[in-house]
Amino acid sequence: MISNSELVKKYFRYNKKFPHIWCPGCGIGTILGSMLRAIDDLELEKDDIAFVSGIGCTGRAPVYVDFNTLHTTHGRALPFATGLKLARPELKVIVATGDGDSTAIGGNHLIHACRRNIDITTIIFNNYIYGMTGGQYSPTTPHGDKAYTCKLGNIERPFNISALVEAAGATFVGRSTSYHTLQLKNIIKRAIQHKGFSVVEVITHCPTTYGRINRKGGAVEMLEWQKEVAVDREKAAKMSPEELEGKIVTGILLERELPEFCEQYDTIIEKAQSLDKG
Amino acid sequence: MAKRVGIEVSLAISEAVKQAKVDAVAAYPITPQTHIVEHLSELVADAELDAAFIPVESEHSAMSVCAGTAAAGARTYTATSSQGLALMNEILYIIPALRLPIVMTIANRALSGPISIWNDHSDIMGARDTGWIALFAENGQEAYDLTLQSFKIAEDHRVLLPISVNIDGFTLSHVIEPHEFLDQEEVDAFLPEYRPAVQLNPDQPVSMGMVGVPEIYAEAKKCQDEVLKNSEAVIKEVFAEFATRFGREYRVVESYRAEGAETLLLTMGSVSETAMEAIDILRDRQQRSVGLIRLRLWRPFPVAELRRAVAGCRRLAVLDRAVSFGATGGPVAEEVRSALYGIDGAPYVGSFIAGLGGRDITIDDFIALAGQVEKMAETNEIHQYKMTGVRE
Repeated sequence: MISNSELVKKYFRYNKKFPHIWCPGCGIGTILGSMLRAIDDLELEKDDIAFVSGIGCTGRAPVYVDFNTLHTTHGRALPFATGLKLARPELKVIVATGDGDSTAIGGNHLIHACRRNIDITTIIFNNYIYGMTGGQYSPTTPHGDKAYTCKLGNIERPFNISALVEAAGATFVGRSTSYHTLQLKNIIKRAIQHKGFSVVEVITHCPTTYGRINRKGGAVEMLEWQKEVAVDREKAAKMSPEELEGKIVTGILLERELPEFCEQYDTIIEKAQSLDKG
Repeated sequence: MAKRVGIEVSLAISEAVKQAKVDAVAAYPITPQTHIVEHLSELVADAELDAAFIPVESEHSAMSVCAGTAAAGARTYTATSSQGLALMNEILYIIPALRLPIVMTIANRALSGPISIWNDHSDIMGARDTGWIALFAENGQEAYDLTLQSFKIAEDHRVLLPISVNIDGFTLSHVIEPHEFLDQEEVDAFLPEYRPAVQLNPDQPVSMGMVGVPEIYAEAKKCQDEVLKNSEAVIKEVFAEFATRFGREYRVVESYRAEGAETLLLTMGSVSETAMEAIDILRDRQQRSVGLIRLRLWRPFPVAELRRAVAGCRRLAVLDRAVSFGATGGPVAEEVRSALYGIDGAPYVGSFIAGLGGRDITIDDFIALAGQVEKMAETNEIHQYKMTGVRE
């Protein structure tokens, strides 16, 4: 496997864009590391990848890496990526987005990208909070947990992102955590190889806001929590609902083959053109 | 004299909103506005403010929720910046058309791209034609005072229009300044309870948001513009009452050492205070005849007051903090040129753009600007705009 220093030199704009803005202990860098190792394992050309993001802490990820990168507006990474993919279907399009970016302000785009089954890999960095703006609750903040806009506890119920995207029509759904870096790398590999709309939900930690206000400890304690609550899908299948209470099922949760959008689009264009000639 | 309290300007604005006893706040987090709404959420959580606090999933939803609460007769407040204001744009047009007196703080910030979180006036210029009254504050005290006065102006039955109070992002929103707060009794006496002219009420049903067929649309728009223009008189009334009650005086067009000045600078927002320092140097140390005009009211544009303020000066340097792409000048300068067009003895108007995306504008920049406009006026230099300090 590629060493850390090789990884940095090969994939990061380290001499231009470092130091990064993420807080000490943040999980985003770890997830980005798993993604880069997955890309390295797949031996993809850097120029064949388009890495797209919206706004927020996660939105900064494309700034630091040496692919074709597109840093868009809040919530709009998926529409930008959809246009990009349709115009250049030969590119591997990967979207990095946070829970607020993808399920609040960009929530509509997420479900429609799933429904369309366009060949894009979306990695959702789910830290349960808006970190960059200082800790407001997001659509994934657990019920009863605190944020700086719900100091007495969240009265809204959170989205289960993996269930949401499955119901919306994604054809690949994986979930892991920023603790399980090897599992995460392997899921991202499979997601990139999958033909269709693939979502990888990564449970991660924000020690600065969510961790602090909910007294979850520092980054280490929050990583330990991820280790404790994560249950691999195969193991989970043998557990009772009571045993699964409070656990997070990880692994490849869904993989199905359905017609991909760009391919169908080409087919319909061919059909339309043959009608003209006919 | 009331006690002066050192507090972050964002929190002072929250205090004004609390003292105005708003009924509803809906917002979405965006830098550099966030502290205002976050503090309001604390005030609601701590039962210091009895309001519906509604965090939503985007600014588009925030302004939509505000439309709903205001239509139901609630005193409604929100705050945003930059991309957030841009995302609200569709609903911004609806609010004045429905005559909903919402008050919004805009912590002014540049628009993408390139992505910038720093201060300029691009955001409000993009919302210029939405039909909102737009006021500019130069410091924290003004932000506090204007917020309180805005509720009274907006809710006056001769107005019933939304108001944006513009404060420079970071430069004002994130600094700690001394503020004199009013007592709650003083605020209550100044700002009566909101009485909606029309509201959604099941006992007295009304329809809002109707279709305007070609036979009526033009009349509706003309009415809206008349109401907006006429609001200037109410704004002045409220400013006058505030001055009588509390001793702090506001004008729709402010001036600083402008009497008899041959050259005037014209600014909006917090940079005006830097400009005042420059004027002092120009007047006192260099004995030059230079003064300053500051627009407090941007919409409706105070045409008559501006003409009065610049009468007799020979040159006017208008500082814009936004680019109106492909236009004939900076957005404020264009407006000023139009307002002065055809007026006998109107001054030469220089359009200058500076301070984009958080770039500082210094005292020396203003001193240089005065010299530059004087030189340009000598040859009556025809230009669209000059961008100050730009690397070409």
